[in-house]
Amino acid sequence: MFDYYLGLALRSLRRNKVLTALMIVTLGLGIGASITTLTVLRLLSGDPLPQKSARLFYAQVDPYTKDGYEAGKTKPQRLMAYTDAMNLLHAHQADRQVALALTDARIAPLRSGEHPFFSDGVMTTADFFTMFDAPFQYGGGWSAADDESRAQVVVISDFLNDKLFGGASSVGRIIRVNDHDLRIIGVLKKWAPQPRFYAQELGGRSYGDGDAVFLPLQTARAANMDPTNDDCWAVADITKLETAPCIWLGFWVELSSDAEVAAYTQFLSNYAQQQIALGRFYRPEVALSDLMQWLRNEKVVPDDVRLQAGLAFGFLLICVVNTVGLLLAKCLRRSQEIGVRRALGAMRREIFAQFMVEAGMVGLAGGLLGLVFAEFGLWCIRHQPAEYAGLAHLDVHMFLLTFLVALVSSLVAGLLPAWRASQLAPGSQLKAA
Amino acid sequence: MDILPILSTLRRHKITAWLLILEIALTCAIVCNAVFLISQRLERMNLPSGIAEHELVQVQLANIGNRSDAEARAKTDLAALRQIPGVTQVALVFQMPFTDGGSSNSGIKLDPQQQEDTVDVTQYMGENLLSTLGTRLVAGRDFRPDEFVDLDAAVTALHSGNLKGLPQVLVITQMLAERLWPGQSALGKQIYLGQGLPFRVVGVVAHLARPNRLSKGVEYSTVWPISMNVAQGASFLIRCAPQERERVLKSALAALKQLDPNRVVLQKRTYDEARHAFFANDRAMTGILVGVCLALLIVTALGIVGLASFWVAQRRRTIGVRRALGATRANILQYFQTENFLLATIGIVIGMALAFGINLFLMQHYELPRLPAIYFPVGAIALWVIGQLAVLGPALRAAAVPPVVATRSV
Repeated sequence: MFDYYLGLALRSLRRNKVLTALMIVTLGLGIGASITTLTVLRLLSGDPLPQKSARLFYAQVDPYTKDGYEAGKTKPQRLMAYTDAMNLLHAHQADRQVALALTDARIAPLRSGEHPFFSDGVMTTADFFTMFDAPFQYGGGWSAADDESRAQVVVISDFLNDKLFGGASSVGRIIRVNDHDLRIIGVLKKWAPQPRFYAQELGGRSYGDGDAVFLPLQTARAANMDPTNDDCWAVADITKLETAPCIWLGFWVELSSDAEVAAYTQFLSNYAQQQIALGRFYRPEVALSDLMQWLRNEKVVPDDVRLQAGLAFGFLLICVVNTVGLLLAKCLRRSQEIGVRRALGAMRREIFAQFMVEAGMVGLAGGLLGLVFAEFGLWCIRHQPAEYAGLAHLDVHMFLLTFLVALVSSLVAGLLPAWRASQLAPGSQLKAA
Repeated sequence: MDILPILSTLRRHKITAWLLILEIALTCAIVCNAVFLISQRLERMNLPSGIAEHELVQVQLANIGNRSDAEARAKTDLAALRQIPGVTQVALVFQMPFTDGGSSNSGIKLDPQQQEDTVDVTQYMGENLLSTLGTRLVAGRDFRPDEFVDLDAAVTALHSGNLKGLPQVLVITQMLAERLWPGQSALGKQIYLGQGLPFRVVGVVAHLARPNRLSKGVEYSTVWPISMNVAQGASFLIRCAPQERERVLKSALAALKQLDPNRVVLQKRTYDEARHAFFANDRAMTGILVGVCLALLIVTALGIVGLASFWVAQRRRTIGVRRALGATRANILQYFQTENFLLATIGIVIGMALAFGINLFLMQHYELPRLPAIYFPVGAIALWVIGQLAVLGPALRAAAVPPVVATRSV
């Protein structure tokens, strides 16, 4: 029976080529626009470390003064001062803990005659690589003892290793960063989590390439490397950030159970109270957000992208309404044919099924066309100036979703016309003929 | 034209009529808001910067070497740049209007006892900044050479609370002057920074936009007599005739490289390029919005054409009968046009209410202002026109139905 409906639908669609094309194109446009924006939205609001994000937490305390403070309303600062980061790091109250800041690293060329160049650097502490699952190609990270002794070591990315050493293992080699000789102890595999969750608030971009060099925090600071972002609450000598009244570090902890999370939150509160007692703090507020919550707090997905997705779905809605209208007009025109079929014994639900098959076919064709439009839309996005531009690609999930959206929207569009068609009385239509 | 027969016909095609109304309403609501968003973006992209935009090029170097000799280097560099033919002004500045990256901002107070800051302003600094940028002074004067303080010295003075080591004066924009002292002359007035440090306004410039953080007041800018060098993050700003920019930029790079071949150039561009890059996202978003608006209007127009065509085809016999009973072609044409006008009007009324609702939602979530009332009549006229154009084809076909149809198929 389904075959028969398919044949009928094909014949009916072919009879009105212009109208059929119109329905398919509008549906395709709506689907293409929705899938394009949905792909971007999914990409931008994705989980950078799906296997681990639930166990990673961003900690906040607030060393600012009473200026502009409203108890209960003011959220704690988004960065940490050096003193607090080191106190929390050395307290070892979590499974792992990491303090970090971004920096511009000036890397000297290996061969004479070439110019030095700047790369994105991360100044951090020993647990960074294990905590964030950064995979090593060669060698490994440094130890907590290296942090304290300001060991002259560095971990470099795969792309910097390719650029400087042609991809061969460079462990043990020396590179000159900001006029300091550092020994390479590890080379990462390709690692660029999206969004760049650890770079939030530190002055880096939210999406795009990974960082090129990773250095122990105190080693980097001893080499006069400055954080990309800092914020001071009083007049400060920013050449001595360790003691200045400034916040410039991000602080992450790894906690494996709800009990540990509760315990760590309590620990942070106690720490703030203790600092208030010491006269260093005025504000008692602290915060501990898991990775995805932190990204939501940071509003990492640009408003424009949400707006575009809303717009695209509004557009799809109009396209569906348009298709309902056209399908309805078509089915009313075929009252006579329906009358004949009903008179020859077709049941109401058979007429209904026939028209739904026709709508479904329009939907599938619209989905195919929508896929073409979506690929074109994503191509356009890739040529936009946004930092996430290079990442916009259609994956298998979105590919399947395209057809699901196409089928659902066309079947919804087909419901009303098919129901109307099935309600036609056979007699009246035959009489009119 | 009598609309009663039209209404009675529409009543018999309720579903189709409502679908058309719904489509027009949705289109009207979305297009009104999208056009409003476009106008907001265009307004942002066309903000005046207050500077000689087409006459400026910027070169930014990374600081290499000692911080201590940076001041001496700055003097040599500036002298070398002034030698380049065609260069009229050179300055070492920290920031420019409408550029991304770092910016220096601070809260200022009108009364030293105040708890909260009055406004957040951006702080421009650099020797020879005003004449290089080409801002227009509307009152007071530019800084005298003896008023300048080196940035490091100013920071040290702030630290030790030594007022003598700080600059004493500043220049502000007209917009900021109007905000701080409405209707009065700003010259000679005091503003306070931090813990009540006083500064005196000696000049007012017509316009000077902030680098970023535009939501805090696009033109709330202040200029300070503080000199900067490359080590402190300043970049070279060179002014020349618009047609000379490419050549001057090349010569400037050559001159700077000649003084020290090991320097890393971080940025080399004309100001126009810098401004273009700053608004790139707005431009892309405007393009997308325009595209969606056009697509929506086309889809709606095609929908009207499609439905009207079927209506005409369905009513061929009725039309024939009317023609046989004496209706002119013009009557038939008018009939379909009036019908479309009626449907469009209902759609527009519903659409406007929807547009208002969407705007309220956007105001809550995206810090957007209220939709100006002018959008309602303009949107209505646009949709009426599109509806009439879309129905014209099918209506003409209807008018062309000969009266003989009435007799033929019976």
